Amino acid sequence: MTSANQTSEIEYGNAGETEESPFVPLPYKIVSKHKDTQDIATIAIEPVEGSIKPYKSGQFNMLTAYRVGEVAISISSEPTSAKRIVHTIRDVGAVSHALINSEIGDMIGVRGPFGTDWQTSDPGDADYVVVAGGIGLAPLRGAIFELANQIGKKRKVNLLVGARSPDQIIYVADMRRLEQLGVKVYETVDIADSNWRGSVGLVTELIDKAVFDPSNTKALLCGPEIMIRFTARKLIESGIDPQSILVSLERNMQCGIGLCGHCQLGPYLICRDGPVFTWAPLVKDLLSQKER
Amino acid sequence: MLAGIADTQGIDDLIKLLLGEGYVVMGPGVERNVIQKKEITSVGDLPKGYTDTQTPGSYRLERDLSSPELFSWAVGPASFKNSLFPAKQTLFEGKISKGKASITQKEVPSHKTCFFGIRPCEVAGMAVLAKVMTDGAYPDPQAVSVRKNSLVVAVECGRPAENCFCTSFNTGPMADDGCDIIITEITEGNHRFLIRSGSDAGYAILSRLAYKPALPEDVSARDKVIAKSISAISKSIDQENTPALLARNIGSTIWANIANRCLSCGNCTMVCPTCFCASFEHSNGLEEDFSAVRRWDSCFDSAHSYIHGGSVRTSVASKYRQWMTHKLSTWVDQFGEIGCVGCGRCITWCPVGIDITEETAKIAEGESLHK
Repeated sequence: MTSANQTSEIEYGNAGETEESPFVPLPYKIVSKHKDTQDIATIAIEPVEGSIKPYKSGQFNMLTAYRVGEVAISISSEPTSAKRIVHTIRDVGAVSHALINSEIGDMIGVRGPFGTDWQTSDPGDADYVVVAGGIGLAPLRGAIFELANQIGKKRKVNLLVGARSPDQIIYVADMRRLEQLGVKVYETVDIADSNWRGSVGLVTELIDKAVFDPSNTKALLCGPEIMIRFTARKLIESGIDPQSILVSLERNMQCGIGLCGHCQLGPYLICRDGPVFTWAPLVKDLLSQKER
Repeated sequence: MLAGIADTQGIDDLIKLLLGEGYVVMGPGVERNVIQKKEITSVGDLPKGYTDTQTPGSYRLERDLSSPELFSWAVGPASFKNSLFPAKQTLFEGKISKGKASITQKEVPSHKTCFFGIRPCEVAGMAVLAKVMTDGAYPDPQAVSVRKNSLVVAVECGRPAENCFCTSFNTGPMADDGCDIIITEITEGNHRFLIRSGSDAGYAILSRLAYKPALPEDVSARDKVIAKSISAISKSIDQENTPALLARNIGSTIWANIANRCLSCGNCTMVCPTCFCASFEHSNGLEEDFSAVRRWDSCFDSAHSYIHGGSVRTSVASKYRQWMTHKLSTWVDQFGEIGCVGCGRCITWCPVGIDITEETAKIAEGESLHK
């Protein structure tokens, strides 16, 4: 194989001293797959040789569908010593389409974990309000289980889930498990069907139902930006400190390591400085700025 | 520090010595009517007698066959960015079949390179880019290797172009930081070159050349070259206040005004020595083989900000604002320094001649009008 550097100036011999590249993914194998909705699937993967470093809830991986490309996908499994990693993927482009149409036994590439986390490994004695819109629940799944497993006697953990319709809600089986662990789960949809017994309306309306001590509550938010903005506003109105509100943001991420420039939001490289940010003081202003 | 005086032959001696030391010498040459970075092997490869005229949206190269001057031009369109960060680069190759993946990381060049005849703003541009590519938690192997294995022979500027504004950022016309050897071409009196060492490696090389020692009048002639260049530079950006100025003016009407002229072609990002945006793609062979390729990308491309559901920035105004505020403002937040070195390429190579220094001044003016 000849040198692949196709720029003319650098086709010289190599001494073979190349450092380990941060761009080369590790091979993982798909070990299980679950279809959540019409266009969302959850896959579990295990390492084939060598695994990524330990991760925290809220971090993400770069997943490679070989011969198609690479995308940033948040990690949905609870951080444990297990090598198995869970990712929930929505079919929105060529790579995500290839990933969710992979079969058990297929190989995918993994780089990571990257980015900041929800800080739920040690939640102290705070109450929690976790608010998710649609597939925004995926980056929160690990954090909710971490909180549920540390719920104790006093802590109140509220999970507020909004979706377009009942068939768009992911992790339905998990909700029942979380309730058994003591998490209060509230769900709402934009459009109900005949079997729906939950709320209909915006996820912000669920905040009134949640029980928490505003002076000692942390909020974790992920979903469409418009949902994040209005939810944060309502939470602040209900007495939560803006510094205690964490949000997970999304932009085009192509490298995951601050080298490709795509995921900029003002002063931030979201892959490096995020995806989890505190709402105050800066993100609030950045999200209310018209970018188009 | 060693300081010697050389004639044109002395420059050739230096190039030959560098070649003998195993360096691949990349220096200025003329190609397609612009000053280009090329592999050089003798002083004859340098752009002798060439001068350039650069204005917003225009670049012209002329040659005076009777002139002995080797370095009487300012930067051409291609920066040395391509060395640290190639425009197209294969990162790894692989073969994939059911349940089996074999991935081979591509090695990066590890040969010794000399960046010869490089302008002070280029040296600064490479340092800004290297900070992005090598100082983070995940250093880029190519940039690390090239930085480690390169020697910098800079040439101070005796004839800056109209679009130069290096004096705003202390990135020229004189050279100091990051240079192993510094050359100044002196045209007053005898045509000669003052050659100084700027590092131990540069000292070691110069100590092997039999240059005449530099006299005080040579040094003062050099100082005159620099003083003349500084006074010839008229464009400027206020380094201290511009980052905050742009951060305050995200909602300014100036962006729509610029968008009326900007073609969003992305030329400014391609010629910029520090722009580092890149996209990644898999390129497939006919069998099970493929390669992962990284290419330069531009924030002027709508796909740059694409997430499912659409691009974040679709208007030309938003794209230009992203580029300019990143360069002059948010770069400071992200990497601790400004992302511009004042080389003027974005002004020269903009097909409609948008001038980043003028637009910055307009924003400041607009703000003071509203006070």
